[in-house]
Amino acid sequence: MNAPAVEIAHLVVDRRGVNALNDVTLDIAAGRITGLLGPSGSGKSTLMRAIVGVQIATSGAITVLGLPAGRPELRARVGYVTQAPSVYRDLSVRENLTYFQTILGAEASDVDRVLEQADLTSVHKRLVKTLSGGQESRVSLATALLGSPELLILDEPTVGLDPVLRRDLWALFQSLADSGLTLLVSSHVMDEASRCHDLVLMRDGQLLAQGTNSDLLARTSTSDIESAFLYLVDGSAA
Amino acid sequence: MSSRRTISTARRVLAQLRHDPRTIALLLVVPAMLMTLLSWILDDANWQRYAPGLLGIFPMLVMFLVTSVATLRERTGGTLERLLSMPMSKADFVFGYALAFGVIAAVQGIIVGGLCFTVLGLSMQGPTSLVLMVAVLDGLLGTAMGLFVSAFAQTEFQAVQFMPVALLPQFLLCGLIVPTDQLPSILRFISALLPLTYAFAAMQKLAQNATVASEFWVDVVVLIGMAAGLLAAGTATLRRRTA
Repeated sequence: MNAPAVEIAHLVVDRRGVNALNDVTLDIAAGRITGLLGPSGSGKSTLMRAIVGVQIATSGAITVLGLPAGRPELRARVGYVTQAPSVYRDLSVRENLTYFQTILGAEASDVDRVLEQADLTSVHKRLVKTLSGGQESRVSLATALLGSPELLILDEPTVGLDPVLRRDLWALFQSLADSGLTLLVSSHVMDEASRCHDLVLMRDGQLLAQGTNSDLLARTSTSDIESAFLYLVDGSAA
Repeated sequence: MSSRRTISTARRVLAQLRHDPRTIALLLVVPAMLMTLLSWILDDANWQRYAPGLLGIFPMLVMFLVTSVATLRERTGGTLERLLSMPMSKADFVFGYALAFGVIAAVQGIIVGGLCFTVLGLSMQGPTSLVLMVAVLDGLLGTAMGLFVSAFAQTEFQAVQFMPVALLPQFLLCGLIVPTDQLPSILRFISALLPLTYAFAAMQKLAQNATVASEFWVDVVVLIGMAAGLLAAGTATLRRRTA
């Protein structure tokens, strides 16, 4: 078993006087897809921001790929996709990717590779603001695939996508994991649990449970993750 | 800091503008239009008196507005956070903007200056190249101020409202309306702290003197120093990590 890609110990984050994360301790296995599941407001995004190193933590420790989170050496090794697509809407798809590729110092040929991976080749000349919401979020995702990230942090990447695209994206995530990448993917849709190797369930800034899909189902004697979640919250099967 | 990242940031900012021809037209045409209007309403003596100063003030005004809105968009749209989570220094970001808007300020200066010196009959004693240089410096000063105030605005609406707050007092005190040596002493002191005062003074000296004296270069150095200080302050307002 490899060393975990991310190790979090007793992480506490207070945002504007509100406790967003409360004593979270967690390992994320390398080379696997970990699903971060929980309702909106449960602290998923804050946890992801803390791993990327853009969130100031109140206390606790985060080690990412063997280094403290937020270290400059990690900036080319961790890809991060925020919930709202953070790309330039007044540039074309290709102009966006070419710009970020230069900033990352990645190969110029990377742009065509990620266009292909995110299924954007046919719209590469279009301005981002003329794309659909799903296409726009895939531009944001494609940006995170530039270079050679070892860890991808994806905040709700499949929201609003049609089922075919959603399936294709999960196939892409699987192939990235097969090639050795570690993925942390958040979702508030519990039925995406079955696509992940490992699951982390969160509620109210606290870690509810962690394990593989079948682990959690066995432990809670339930047949789906939504029921398992309810069981863990209420202490009884729904 | 890396020249590759700075230059590609400047190119990206210019590419964004290229996709927005209306903004380019406004940036380049409006100052020329205002100078034309001014030359129309003033008699020749007053035109020769006021035009050089305004030639320095328009680039600052326009660049202030464009920069404060553009960087605010980067802050609120998540692209700044994304860039700073990549191997990009804050200086790459700031100098990229300064370079792109410096180019725009130069083109604007050439258009407005060209119009004033030919069609509108403005005569300035000093070398035209120095007039252009001061106009570009003024544009950069506007960029620096816009970058700095964008840190205090939460919406584009607020960012635009900062323009009168940051620029109008400078406009009143720079010496254009009342020469600075005729201001009440406390206002003269305040005026000496404001960058626009030096921008105006430098243009005024170029208008009146054929030979460039050391006083002109003092104005230029103070202007560069203040622009650099504001750019540094603007850089300090960019945050890699937030609460």
